[in-house]
Amino acid sequence: MRYALICLSAFAVCGAALAQGADYAPPPMSPIQPAVDPASLSDPAQRRGHEVFGKWCSACHGDAPGMPGTQALEAKYGGQIPALVEERADLTPELVEFYVRNGISVMPHFRKTEISDADLDDLSAYLTRDR
Amino acid sequence: MAGAAATPPGVSEAVFADALNRFAGVVGAENVYSEEEDVALYRDAYSPLWDEREEKLASAAVAPASAEEVQAVARIANELRIPLYPVSTGRNLGYGGSAPVLSGSVVLDLKRMNRILDISERDATVLVEPGVSYFDLYRHIVDNGLKLWIDCPDPGWGSVIGNAMDRGGGVTTGAYRDHFGSHCGMEVVLADGDIIRTGMGAMPGANTWQQNRYGYGPWVDGIFSQSNYGIVTKMGFWLMPAPDAYLSGTIAAHRHQDVIPLIDVMNRLENIGAFTGYPQVGSPVLFQAGAGAAPEELEAQARASGQPVWTCRLQFYGGRKVNEAQWEYCQEQFAAAIPGATFQRGEEYDLPLTPEQAEALGTEKVSFGIPNLGRFSIGARSEFNDMPTSGHVWFSPILPRTGEGLLAAQKVLFEAAEQLKPYNLSVLPMPFANWQRTFIFLINFPIYRDKDANRQTREAFRKLVKICAENGLGEYRTAPAFMNDVGDTYSFNDHALRRFHERLKDAVDPNGILSAGRYGVWPRHLRT
Ligand SMILES: Cc1cc2nc3c(=O)[nH]c(=O)nc-3n(C[C@H](O)[C@H](O)[C@H](O)COP(=O)(O)OP(=O)(O)OC[C@H]3O[C@@H](n4cnc5c(N)ncnc54)[C@H](O)[C@@H]3O)c2cc1C
Repeated sequence: MRYALICLSAFAVCGAALAQGADYAPPPMSPIQPAVDPASLSDPAQRRGHEVFGKWCSACHGDAPGMPGTQALEAKYGGQIPALVEERADLTPELVEFYVRNGISVMPHFRKTEISDADLDDLSAYLTRDR
Repeated sequence: MAGAAATPPGVSEAVFADALNRFAGVVGAENVYSEEEDVALYRDAYSPLWDEREEKLASAAVAPASAEEVQAVARIANELRIPLYPVSTGRNLGYGGSAPVLSGSVVLDLKRMNRILDISERDATVLVEPGVSYFDLYRHIVDNGLKLWIDCPDPGWGSVIGNAMDRGGGVTTGAYRDHFGSHCGMEVVLADGDIIRTGMGAMPGANTWQQNRYGYGPWVDGIFSQSNYGIVTKMGFWLMPAPDAYLSGTIAAHRHQDVIPLIDVMNRLENIGAFTGYPQVGSPVLFQAGAGAAPEELEAQARASGQPVWTCRLQFYGGRKVNEAQWEYCQEQFAAAIPGATFQRGEEYDLPLTPEQAEALGTEKVSFGIPNLGRFSIGARSEFNDMPTSGHVWFSPILPRTGEGLLAAQKVLFEAAEQLKPYNLSVLPMPFANWQRTFIFLINFPIYRDKDANRQTREAFRKLVKICAENGLGEYRTAPAFMNDVGDTYSFNDHALRRFHERLKDAVDPNGILSAGRYGVWPRHLRT
């Protein structure tokens, strides 16, 4: 599944570059692939939530080296629950909302011009999806 | 404690309600935030005043979508004397977040104005709105396969405009690291709702707004940075054409006194363009020996551990052959000036990096113009830190770019840490070369959700501001809690510069509605 996704994103980048008549492809931002393949999500709210996660959360909570959020949760739970929030089965919408709107430690809270209430609902749908 | 102020100071509830209604008429009710839980989201998450009476809180927030809406909001605010505090992405963590300096101000949140209006690979320029983040700009470049680099600060979610407005810095080539210095052309809404364009933007029909930053007549751009004279709605920037290859190399110097020629040669080489990236001066043994270790101790420690006393890491952007020749020339120059200097070739890459190479770089991605958030590991919980903080404020004084200047400034800070021992400061100041002609120190004061600890931090911070100023070291930027304190230290001729800032303020914003108190500049009715 992961492998398929690399091809997919490489294609997207090449496609855009070709549209400009160039073969230049700067590296995408890290993490270069999301921990969960959006194609595996059938619910549109979860898919939108996956996008919100990619825009606002994955730069700290992604599955890549040196991600401060992932590292913090790894240290906090010592592997008892997944350090990747996308892989957790214990999250509730209330918990997701609490952390987005209150932050914790060095993670600040997010304003509604950044993550709107509708975005937050989608994000919750994604992070609390039935696995 | 409440997370929002009731009304702006001196504004009645009725007038405030009228203002909010009229703002809603401009931007739509859904873009005016006045419920406490929404306004509380404008608190500075890293505030050293968190939950205290003095915490700087907004009374409401308004989020326009265009320059025209900004003008309309400014006109209403000016008429009703409502203090506004514009932010671009409002991620100024460590220097104030999205909170106003004057409690009760209405935050003008420009995050929704997020268009990249023009980007030219050929000219290597971009024109953006305030809500465009470094992430947004980078994604746009990737999606369009443009051969352009951005210079970003460590946090990639900040605004290209907001960061420049606070005169932030990055880590690629000298001309781009100074984010305000690399801008070209502004559009600014004034307190009365008028709108100006600077440089060539003032000439209708000119297509050189992002190429020539001065245009004609007095150049006013500088007065809008770290200030409160206008609301920037567009800004142009020069971007770096993407280089073809990267190389780094490190010079190791083994005697304490070598720091003097090391920095002199480094400066000369940077200023003649013999290396192109961000130079990093370090001292592995200073970290081990700790603050205030004598030169002989450092040298002994270096000998015992087989490490150098000083290092200088250089970075080269260009073509492979050019980088190679420049590194060779740099080595010759250091070798001639520093007996016994040794050299270590570092990473080299053909560019662009592959996705896997980029991902492996961690926080070093910024040296390749790739935005990320890795630096938030400072203070975060990790296997090395089981006492996570709630953020930090930066203490960031400017010092000379010389070995003597560095040693003298380090001595000031070591002695200050001794003097301020009860505050338990951990000070190991190493120089950062973001700006081409000076160093800065970046000292992190941790913040907690603990009023007593924060009170101590504020006291220590203020004392350090004074001690440093007595030694000619002034902050380049600071958090709102300390803006007056730092402003007081720039005091030549009985604070003549501040008096001039105040005269300008009275002229361009006579009702004092914009960002009152920012960088210690207060409107007449709030001056003490
Ligand atoms: C871990 C960490 C690392 C950091 N590293 C760096 C770094 O490497 N380099 C660096 O420079 N900073 C750094 N910072 C500080 C800060 O986070 C960034 O500078 C950030 O980019 C500033 O926030 P912003 O871009 O959202 O600007 P904003 O918060 O939008 O703006 C900053 C201020 O500028 C003024 N302003 C903004 N936009 C306008 C406008 N349109 N009109 C009028 N006034 C305006 C406002 O007063 C506002 O408060 C770091 C912070 C942290 C926590």
